[in-house]
Amino acid sequence: MFRFAITRIAVLLPTFIGVTVIAFSLIRLIPGDPVELLAGERGISAERHAKLMQEMGLDRPLHEQYLTFILDVFQGDLGKSIRTKTPVSEEFFALFPATVELSLCALLFAVAIGLPAGVLAGVRRGKVFDHSVMTVSLAGYSMPIFWWGLLLIILFSGTLGWTPVSGRISVMHFIEPITGFMLIDTLLQGNYAAFNSAVRHLILPAVVLGTIPLAVIARQTRSAMIEVLGEDYVRTARAKGLPPWRIVGLHALRNALIPVVTVIGLQVGLLFSGAILTETIFAWPGIGKWLVDSIHRRDYPSVQGGLLLVASTVMIVNLIVDLLYGLINPRIRHAR
Amino acid sequence: MTVDANAVQETDPEAQGLAARPMHPLVEFWVYFRESRGAVAGMAVIAVVVIVAIFADVLAPHDPTEQFRDSLLTPPVWAEDGSWAFPLGTDAVGRDMLSRIMHGARFSMVIGLVVVTLSLSIGIGLGLVAGFFRGVVETLIMRLMDIMLALPSLLLAIVIVAILGPSLFNAMVAIALVYLPHFARLTRAAAIGELSRDYVTASRVAGAGLPRLMFSTVLPNCLPPLIVQATLAFSSAILDAAALGFLGLGAQPPLPEWGTMLAEAREFVLRAWWVVTFPGLAILVTVLAFNLMGDGLRDALDPKLKRS
Repeated sequence: MFRFAITRIAVLLPTFIGVTVIAFSLIRLIPGDPVELLAGERGISAERHAKLMQEMGLDRPLHEQYLTFILDVFQGDLGKSIRTKTPVSEEFFALFPATVELSLCALLFAVAIGLPAGVLAGVRRGKVFDHSVMTVSLAGYSMPIFWWGLLLIILFSGTLGWTPVSGRISVMHFIEPITGFMLIDTLLQGNYAAFNSAVRHLILPAVVLGTIPLAVIARQTRSAMIEVLGEDYVRTARAKGLPPWRIVGLHALRNALIPVVTVIGLQVGLLFSGAILTETIFAWPGIGKWLVDSIHRRDYPSVQGGLLLVASTVMIVNLIVDLLYGLINPRIRHAR
Repeated sequence: MTVDANAVQETDPEAQGLAARPMHPLVEFWVYFRESRGAVAGMAVIAVVVIVAIFADVLAPHDPTEQFRDSLLTPPVWAEDGSWAFPLGTDAVGRDMLSRIMHGARFSMVIGLVVVTLSLSIGIGLGLVAGFFRGVVETLIMRLMDIMLALPSLLLAIVIVAILGPSLFNAMVAIALVYLPHFARLTRAAAIGELSRDYVTASRVAGAGLPRLMFSTVLPNCLPPLIVQATLAFSSAILDAAALGFLGLGAQPPLPEWGTMLAEAREFVLRAWWVVTFPGLAILVTVLAFNLMGDGLRDALDPKLKRS
C-alpha cells in the first residue's frame, strides 16, 4: 500500500509542475496588460506605465518571471491581487469555504438520491422504475444547469416564493466567519434564524449543482449493481435463502460501491465546472465566480494562483480517491 | 435498409441448413442499434434538428433579428394575450422566439461539428503518434493531456476564451482544445492494443510504410470507441458552448445562439418565463437526443456487450 501511495504521489509532481507552467503562460497570452487595465479609459503615460510594469516585475524576461513565480509558489506565496492588493491565497481561502460548502451539499444531495435510485433500478432491471430512473438520469445528465437554475428560480423563488433568488444569507444577518461554512457558523453562534436563512439560500444552488453528479452516480450505481447481481456469490447467497434485502444491502452493494466511489471522486472536477455556472446564477460568493471575475479584470496573479489552487485541489482529491480505491479494492494496489 | 436488416435477422440459416453468412457490418450495426428504442428516438430528434437547422430560413416565420417594437415580451400563443404571429412569444426587444430558436439550431449543429472535427482529428493524430512512437514522445504528449485533465474543463475553456477573446469561433476552439485529451487517450489506448495484433505485424512485414500502418491499418480498428466518444462530445460541445454563451464568453448578441439567448433573458426570469424556458428546452432536447444516440451507438459498437 505504501509503495502504491508513493508511486501515485510521484506521478502527481510533474503534473503539478505542468499546471504551474500552464497557469503561468496562459494568463500571459491574454491581450492587454494589467497596468493598462487599471488605468482604464483615461490612459496612462508611457513612463508611468513602464514604472508600474517594473514594480510588478512584469518587464522581466518570461523565464525569470516564471522562476520567481515557482519559487514563491513553493513557499506558499501566490502573489497579490493587482486589484485589491491582498494576497491571492488569502482571497482564495476566504471564498473557498463557500464553494466547498456548496459542492459538499450538492454531492450529498446527489449521493442521497442517486445511490438508492441506482440500486433500486439495478435490482428491478427492465421494470418501469428502472426505465424511469434511467430516463430521468439521462435528462439530468443532458441538463444545461444554468437553465435548470433559472427554471428553479422561476418556480420556487418566483411563483411559490419559497426561496431567495441569490446570495448566501439574507442581508438581515451578520455572521462573523469562524469556519467559513455558513451552516456551521450560524449554528455555532446559536443564531437559528440565520441558519434557517442560510439553508434556504443553499437549497436551490445545491440542487442545481448536484443534478449532473446525481445522474452520473445513479447510472454508475445501476450498472455496477447489475454486474454484481450476476456474480456467483450472489447466487450462492440466494441459494442459502438469505432475505433479498440482505443480499442487495450487504453482499451486492458492498462490491458495487467500489466503482461508484471512484465516480463520486471524479465528480470533483465536474463540480467545479458546475460551480462556476451555479455561482454565477445565484450570485454565490465562491471561487468560481471570483475566478471568472478575475479573468474579466485581467488580474494575472489572482487567475494564476486561483487556477493553480483549483487544479491542486482537484488533483489532491483525485489522489485521495485513488488511494481509497486501492484501500477498498486490494486487486488494484497489488497489480502494480 | 430496414427491410434488409429484417431479412437477415429473420431467416435462420441453421434451420435452412445453410452456413451462416456474415452480415454486412453496417447491417449488423443497424440490427443492434435498432434494438435500443431510445437511440432511434434520439436519432429521429437529431434528424429534425438538422432539418430545422438547414431550412431555418424557410421554416422560421420571421427574421431572427427583426424587432417588432409594438409586441415586446408577448407571451406564447396558448397563454393569455398570446398571438399566432409569435407562437412561442417574443423577447424583450420584440424578436420572435420561435424563429430565433430555429436559427439557433444552426449554431448548435455547427458548434458540434466544428468542435468534434477539430478535436477528433488532432486527438487522433496525437494519440496515434503517442501509440506508435512510445518513449519520450508518448510521455510528453500524455503528460500534457493529463495536465489538461487536471483542470476543470469549463475553467480551462474560459481561460482559453479569455486569451483569444470572446466570440463564437474562439469558444469552439477552446472547447475543442479541452476535449482533446479524451480523444488522444482513447486513440492511444486502442492503437497500442491493435499494434500487438498479427494483422499489423503482417502488414508491417508486407512493407507497409508508417502512414499506411497508422491511418489505413490501425486507425479503422480503433474507430468504434472514437465514434461513441465523438457523439458524446457533440452533445457536450453544444452544452459547453451554451454555457460559455451564457457567461458572455461565447457567441455575442444579437446572434441567436441558445446559451446567449438565455444570458439575455436572465433579467426577465421572473417576468417572462417563456424567454428563459424555450432556449433551454431546445438545448436540453438536442443534447438529450445526442446522448441517447451515443448510448445506442456504444451498445451497438461494443463487441463485449454484443456477445452477451
